[in-house]
Amino acid sequence: MNGVHDMGGMDGFGPVEAEPNEPVFHQPWEGRVMAMVRAIGANGGMNIDMQRFSREALPPVDYLASSYYRKWFLAFEHSLIERGLAGTDEIDAGHSLRQSPPLQRGLFTRADVARIETRGSFARPAATPAAFKIGDKVRAKNINPATHTRLPRYVRGHSGIIERINGCHVFPDSNAHGLGENPQWLYTVVFDGRELWGDDGDPNLKVSVDAFEPYLELA
Amino acid sequence: MQLRVRALETVLTEKGYVEPAALDAIVDTYQTKVGPRNGARVVARAWVDPAFKQALIDNATEAVNTLGHVSRTGDHLIAVENTPERHNMVVCTLCSCYPWEMLGLPPVWYKSAPYRSRAVKDPRGVLAEFGITLPADTEIRVWDSTAETRFLVLPMRPAGTDGWSEERLADLVTRDSMIGTGLALRPEEANK
Repeated sequence: MNGVHDMGGMDGFGPVEAEPNEPVFHQPWEGRVMAMVRAIGANGGMNIDMQRFSREALPPVDYLASSYYRKWFLAFEHSLIERGLAGTDEIDAGHSLRQSPPLQRGLFTRADVARIETRGSFARPAATPAAFKIGDKVRAKNINPATHTRLPRYVRGHSGIIERINGCHVFPDSNAHGLGENPQWLYTVVFDGRELWGDDGDPNLKVSVDAFEPYLELA
Repeated sequence: MQLRVRALETVLTEKGYVEPAALDAIVDTYQTKVGPRNGARVVARAWVDPAFKQALIDNATEAVNTLGHVSRTGDHLIAVENTPERHNMVVCTLCSCYPWEMLGLPPVWYKSAPYRSRAVKDPRGVLAEFGITLPADTEIRVWDSTAETRFLVLPMRPAGTDGWSEERLADLVTRDSMIGTGLALRPEEANK
């Protein structure tokens, strides 16, 4: 979706401000939110792509005005309610008021923690050979789905070079919407700064994105 | 927020979805166990061992998992090497993708609109805000983490560190130097 989350190349957000000696969490609730999202995600509540889409789909004003973990919380709450895993009335009451469907993998326990400490693999067997090879000149397609996609706006319609082939991976555009993993070849595509930003762009800048095969066509 | 989050945690616990002790353990992992020291150890090894450095560039996940003193890392890690000709910088313009296992959870600035919007368009301006000015003819390569690949920058080894042990070298490897918004510390900076 063409949302406010797709920030590459936007102006007006001001300087990058790093906080010296920043704590891992600024408030205890931030850690709880992160842990709940990871746990429910790992046991089948919603996959990583569904989680990302739920944050992108927040009202733009909320997205821009919320801290990082507030965004996580708002999107998580919405996703739980949408899937019938919790009700607004229950969160308001602070108690479960009815039975809800169990998670696919059941209760997330202490014994499950080790499982999420190492990231899973997103690589899948390929059904077809890769359509592009290293060195090919490709164009990022001008696609504008209202659904989840990982092709940022700032590269659409621009040409770059295939630099790496990263294997065949779960396709977020499908996986975010419960349409299956639909694995697709994943390429690192590198663009010249001036191709993206015009003649005023930095002449010694190169930017790459990792793009799935359906995002690309030969240029 | 604190109350609303606690209410939600109670609901999810009562429904049999999560155990509070499991949540405690997840929080503890990121607060005390996983952090940039993991990445720093990988970089320090690469500085002293050319064969390891090559293995890291060829397949970073496999190379990291041969190290006994660094916790295992998941798939799709890619190490990118800084050279006098090329400086690498990592961003996730769409969300906040970051090599958690190497660096811990990302800092707020990495997830912020200013960084995500400008890193791909004006990386030299961003670097200047971190106090870094590179020669105009140094290529800047920005890696936008738009998929499940994760990037670790291998900063250049500072001068004046010949013969240093890996542990001592690891002290020079800052989190920001592995994102590409910093350089490894010079020996005189490390003693501050």
